Amino acid sequence: MEVLAYLIPISLLLGGVGLVAFVYTVRSNQYEDPEGDARRILNDEWDDKPKP
Amino acid sequence: MTAQLSSGTAACPGCLAAPAEPAQPIPEDVQIALSLPGIHCSACIATVERELNAHPGVEDARVNLTLKRAMIKAAPETRAVDLIPVLEKAGFEAHELDPGALSATQTDKAGRDLLMRLAVAGFASMNVMLLSVSVWSGATDATRDMFHWISAAIALPAIAFSAQPFFANAWSALRVRRLNMDVPIVLAILLALITSLWETALSGEHAYFDAALTLTFFLLAGRYLDYRTRAAARSAAEELTALEVPRAIRLVDGVEQEIAVAELKVGDLILVRPGGRMPVDGEIMSGQSELDRSLLTGETVPVFAETGQLVSAGEVNLTGPLTLRATAVGEDTSLHRMADLVAIAESGRSRYTSLADKAAKLYAPGVHILSALSFLGWYIYSGDIRTALNIAAAVLIITCPCALGLAVPAVTTAASGRLFRKGMLIKHSTALERLSEADTVVFDKTGTLTSGAPELVNLGDHTRAKVEVALALAEASAHPLSVALAKAAREAGIKPANVRGVVEVPGYGTEGEYRGQRVRLGRAAWIGAEQGNETSAWLAIGDHAPLAFRFSDALRPGAAEAVDALRASGKHVVLMSGDSQGAVRALSEKLGITDWIAEALPQDKALRIQELSDQGHHVLMVGDGLNDTAALAAAHVSISPASALDAARVASDIVLLGNDLSPIADACDTAVKATKRIRENFRIATVYNVIAVPLAVIGLATPLIAALAMSTSSITVSLNALRLR
Repeated sequence: MEVLAYLIPISLLLGGVGLVAFVYTVRSNQYEDPEGDARRILNDEWDDKPKP
Repeated sequence: MTAQLSSGTAACPGCLAAPAEPAQPIPEDVQIALSLPGIHCSACIATVERELNAHPGVEDARVNLTLKRAMIKAAPETRAVDLIPVLEKAGFEAHELDPGALSATQTDKAGRDLLMRLAVAGFASMNVMLLSVSVWSGATDATRDMFHWISAAIALPAIAFSAQPFFANAWSALRVRRLNMDVPIVLAILLALITSLWETALSGEHAYFDAALTLTFFLLAGRYLDYRTRAAARSAAEELTALEVPRAIRLVDGVEQEIAVAELKVGDLILVRPGGRMPVDGEIMSGQSELDRSLLTGETVPVFAETGQLVSAGEVNLTGPLTLRATAVGEDTSLHRMADLVAIAESGRSRYTSLADKAAKLYAPGVHILSALSFLGWYIYSGDIRTALNIAAAVLIITCPCALGLAVPAVTTAASGRLFRKGMLIKHSTALERLSEADTVVFDKTGTLTSGAPELVNLGDHTRAKVEVALALAEASAHPLSVALAKAAREAGIKPANVRGVVEVPGYGTEGEYRGQRVRLGRAAWIGAEQGNETSAWLAIGDHAPLAFRFSDALRPGAAEAVDALRASGKHVVLMSGDSQGAVRALSEKLGITDWIAEALPQDKALRIQELSDQGHHVLMVGDGLNDTAALAAAHVSISPASALDAARVASDIVLLGNDLSPIADACDTAVKATKRIRENFRIATVYNVIAVPLAVIGLATPLIAALAMSTSSITVSLNALRLR
């Protein structure tokens, strides 16, 4: 049962990382245009390199 | 604008340092917002962004497909009017938006707030569920107690943060001694936490921390969906308001000043250029022109205007510049007084109770009674307050309206999204339910079934030579009839005749000299002809008898299809217009509408709709003008096109974003389906309750059963809603 001493903090930490990542995506406006973002991946203009 | 710019620094929109402040444009550059109602795919995004970015002065253009909008950062001298033709050439309808009116939607605080709470509830419930699964799969004694304590440590702060919207709603309902859906929710959450803490302290077997969190999570998901649907509608409605950039030209000692309409005062001299809309009620001090009053009265024939005449806000100046002296501004204009009619008519509609409210009315007292009875029953039977409280909490958790909370929002979100893609904006939360009941459809004529743009009908009646002269005269004017005449003649391949010295006489027409004769194109009275019932422009060549060019109002695209489809689905279609008998009869014959009323005053329209409702019909009103506003508000449900006046759009439940009318029939169809799904969802939720509640009442419910019942019913309900697509 000593393994719990590692596993529980790890699971809490992973949950926390997920939450922080989500908060980051909300703050950086990544949910402003879900429709457009879904379509943009089909756009071949900037497919092989990032937009300058 | 400059004053505003200097006060705000370049705060980025996502900055939380100044959350209350709307996003400010970067000082050196201008921010232009364009509405693009026609975009729908990745190719559209790419084309629009390419075209805009290629335009000199544009620094960055980004399309938001969800909002059907383009945000452009550009050099200061760039103006939206230069960009719109660029897009129109590429085949996209574009309109300028007032960035000031949009700023409220850019920092959507309430939406983010809900999303954060949803996220916290979601992640906390995942972690607690992990621990609960370990308990259910056999953790005992000290391990179980430790898991419960950790769960409590996660659940208590998480719920304190994320369930706040429910606490606030329930408290505001209780304060006025009423029950709403949130009261049983809050009771269930609190009772679950208290009994679970108690059990944990006594190292008991069952703790409901996971249930309390999942409950919060599912309910917040429903709230968020509901909120997002309404926010999308609200931002689009705001966008329509932003389409009308409210500016007026004030004359001060002969100098023109462009100012906001809100700053106009009674007695100001205001210049209204051809094509402009009257910002205030006033008296014409100088100038001659024609006025288009169709938005106010439904008349299509332009009215002559000269010095001394009174004009009302909302009328459109057609030919010559007019100088007005304002007699009433802002709230006192006739345009705003019409809004009072709306307020009266609207009181009738608020009687509608939504399906969700009906369900809540049955549900909330039922749940409380059931849980109280099981508490009493078990207390009397076992004499143990701990067991009784445990069972009462289990009953509340199991019956808690997870599925009910999702049943309506999931369906309305799916339906609204579907209709939005077809160009319809659902503004009111119960609009779909009401639309599904509509059995009578009342259309306005001008601007609704017709596009409000004239179309030449008798080009073939005249000889080519005469049309050539008419074309030469017509091209010298921006009057809608002239524009329509020129367009029709050009399309027929006619070249203008060599007419010299063409001048426009505002309010009358254009005149010139052709082969030594005076030629005129314009109003009947000016030419010396008899004005008939129909909209017409007259051509006089020398002393020859005047020739009439007759116009009819072009049908809006999809109008015929919409009327046909509505009739095919068994609805009664009525045409009500403020226009003259002849024009209304011609249109109703064209569309095959047998029931029509002409020359209807605004009050007549509203009264007639009231009559229809009293006969037990559910009326869907489709209209755009100020004269329709009262009728729109009086009807069971109402639709207005995006070209409608602001007041009409505010009064209606649904706004048609595109030019096409055909989605109306589709919307009725979708509404019926959506209502059916909502009822189905209620039934599904009830079935789960019927199965699980007896288990809870007799004390067999475990946290595992509660979690299973809650999740499966919520998921089934959401999946059922998705079938609507």
